[in-house]
Amino acid sequence: MDFNYSDEQKLLIDSVERFVKDDYDFDTRRAIVKSEAGFRRDLWQQFGELGWLAVPFSEEDGGLGGTPVETMIIMESFGKGLVVEPYLSTVVMAGGLLKLGGTAAQKEAILPDLMAGGLIVAVGYAEPSSRFNLADVSTTASASGDGYVLKGHKSVVLHGPMADKLIVSARTSGDRRDADGITLFLVDAGAAGVSRQDYPTVDGLRASEVILENVQVSAADIVGPLGGGLALLDQVVDEAIAAICAEAVGAMEVLHKATLEYCRTRVQFGQPIGRFQVIQHRLVDMYMAYEQAKSMAIMANLKLDAEPAERRRAVSAAKVQIGKSARFVGQQAVQLHGGMGMTDELNVGHYFKRLTMIETLFGNTDFHLKRYAA
Amino acid sequence: MDLAFSAEDLAFQREVREFIAANYPADIRARFDAGLEPRKEDFVRWQKILYEKGWIAPGWPKEYGGTGWTATQKYIFQEELGAANTPGIIPFGLAMVAPVIYTFGSEEQKKRFLPGILSSDVWWCQGYSEPGSGSDLASLKTKAVRQGDKYIVNGSKTWTTMAQWADWIFCLVRTDSTVKQQEGISFLLFDMKSPGVTVRPIITLEGGHEVNECFFDNVEVPVENLIGEEGMGWTYAKFLLGHERSGIAAVARSKRGIAKLKKIANAEQADGAPLIEDPDFRRKLAELEIDLTALEYTELRTLARESQGKGPGPESSILKIKGTEIQQAITEMAVEAAGYYAFAFNRRAMDGSNEPIIGPAATAFAAPSYFNMRKTSIYGGSNEIQKNIIAKMVLGL
Ligand SMILES: Cc1cc2nc3c(=O)[nH]c(=O)nc-3n(C[C@H](O)[C@H](O)[C@H](O)COP(=O)(O)OP(=O)(O)OC[C@H]3O[C@@H](n4cnc5c(N)ncnc54)[C@H](O)[C@@H]3O)c2cc1C
Repeated sequence: MDFNYSDEQKLLIDSVERFVKDDYDFDTRRAIVKSEAGFRRDLWQQFGELGWLAVPFSEEDGGLGGTPVETMIIMESFGKGLVVEPYLSTVVMAGGLLKLGGTAAQKEAILPDLMAGGLIVAVGYAEPSSRFNLADVSTTASASGDGYVLKGHKSVVLHGPMADKLIVSARTSGDRRDADGITLFLVDAGAAGVSRQDYPTVDGLRASEVILENVQVSAADIVGPLGGGLALLDQVVDEAIAAICAEAVGAMEVLHKATLEYCRTRVQFGQPIGRFQVIQHRLVDMYMAYEQAKSMAIMANLKLDAEPAERRRAVSAAKVQIGKSARFVGQQAVQLHGGMGMTDELNVGHYFKRLTMIETLFGNTDFHLKRYAA
Repeated sequence: MDLAFSAEDLAFQREVREFIAANYPADIRARFDAGLEPRKEDFVRWQKILYEKGWIAPGWPKEYGGTGWTATQKYIFQEELGAANTPGIIPFGLAMVAPVIYTFGSEEQKKRFLPGILSSDVWWCQGYSEPGSGSDLASLKTKAVRQGDKYIVNGSKTWTTMAQWADWIFCLVRTDSTVKQQEGISFLLFDMKSPGVTVRPIITLEGGHEVNECFFDNVEVPVENLIGEEGMGWTYAKFLLGHERSGIAAVARSKRGIAKLKKIANAEQADGAPLIEDPDFRRKLAELEIDLTALEYTELRTLARESQGKGPGPESSILKIKGTEIQQAITEMAVEAAGYYAFAFNRRAMDGSNEPIIGPAATAFAAPSYFNMRKTSIYGGSNEIQKNIIAKMVLGL
């Protein structure tokens, strides 16, 4: 057993943390969130140059051959800066799907450009009536000539507005909610029949409602096995959950430290509010919640390579713990900052909002409790 | 003991319900039901309707325009307003400054200020909190120095709710720094249009504008705007805190919140069925409803004591704490129920016309409401401060 980072991993931590500190301060982020594009392409390209976008890919695919620990490191640091660039969608999710299920031709066509910070890919796995069930797919892919025609509505596609390509789940056979018969397709964001309604999210990201209206794709656009896309998607979503657990840990660390500092300096009744025992205990509870979350994020990331049943349990357990911790730490950070915690001006509220949405993303606490217990 | 309302109370309830049904303007109702950002004119229009009916100030003594209702009737009235989702009656004039004016003000002040408060022609805001004085309000620093027949006011207030709409402010100011903190505070009223008053918006985390910073730079306030005696402001402010407790538990609003939550859970599909049919969800919903029921009966017991002349004591802090915890829990569960569409940042367009809502209408503001409701455990005496009050005043610790 070893919970230490290797020297190389320490270098990675340093470089991402330095970026967040020097180049992604809160005002920079605020400007990005308010901008038309909702992300900074130059920074994204910088991520490419620094090799961060190549981290999880194998050396044969042109990547750095990183383990989930490297992704965890990057996501945790991104969580500290509330980085809104499409790392989760493009590298962890789309990259993960291609890595595991992509054909040689697909990898060649996409991965080099993706790793360089050129191509952005988003993933459409949810639908208006699917809630968190990845198997609940109404979008259809009907055979047509030597390809397929896609029809349906993928909802809340994170980073959809900036995506050049999408990977969507669609049903090639079976009934809605059948595990079998789901196929993943690569689609050009600009393909005929693809329309998007783009919007900001409450946590500073961008998302799209993607409507697929008779979109023609070819058999070469299938990612992974025909009709067997669910297992692939399930695994990659678990990897994405492990990644956002790390992001949440980073965000919680910032909130806890900021709140601790505030309680040390905010004076009411002639003393720092941190002298009140009820506040001390609250800060201790926040600290414990953070530590528990961190333990579970590490555990989940280290179990991503386990066999599917074990992986799923580990990931759901982590998501439940992170959901509970994130809610507590977020709410209490606001509470202990008093009126200041309620402002848009202070960063605290923004971390709280992101943590709230991480709790929802890929299934909330109730969903993962059920998945764990099942 | 008897849980039922009397026949008279039931008749009264019918009367209120029918009045609201007949007089609550449909356009305001539509905006409030949709959860859009409230407008000043909506509040004023609705308050004027109640004013014309004679129902705007149930808490006031009859001689000044009150209704003369029993405590139970006041409660029923609040319940019915909440159930119909009418605009909340803005407390600053009617429930906060007016009782101070009719209790401690001069005849002249009563004549001058009470009519405009009753008719909602004058909008008031509450200038208590300062950047350095929140929970520890008595440490406030905004200074009023007497010069002849005027006070010169300098300093700043913050978190001033709806100051952007206010005509007048009631302010706690320091008139004497040589005595014990609490004894150097005075209660001043002044016109927000006075030279030297600047109001700056504070945007809250969900994007709304309801609070402000107010700056006072040599604002001249005639001495006749002082309430009661100089140095007695703290006493009046404390009187006020103990005075207006009705509706503090927000039971009626929370019932509506639960109804709205059920709407979301009806619209949201989970595994091919409405989420509301999910046993785990139902269980959590039941827990919430039971918590609210307990609060409702706690409030009713407080009310019963009140109608026997035992004024609301410090135990009404229970109502504030539980009431806000429940309001917050409802919005938390609404975000859970909304699922992925909670992500969509739907702007609360004032006129409700400019941007299409993403996702089902019921979920449109689930997340912003949740974020915004965090304020309830901070304002009005934070929940930590309320617990300090219970520990000290009720439990004698
Ligand atoms: C949306 C909103 C609207 C408001 N509207 C108005 C208004 O119209 N007019 C007005 O005058 N004010 C208004 N307020 C201000 C409100 O009353 C204050 O925010 C509140 O009193 C808390 O003060 P503070 O924000 O300075 O926090 P602080 O007092 O600094 O408190 C910070 C934290 O420390 C805790 N704390 C402080 N002292 C103790 C203690 N002794 N023991 C344990 N814990 C303690 C608090 O509970 C809180 O969690 C509003 C606030 C908000 C958020």
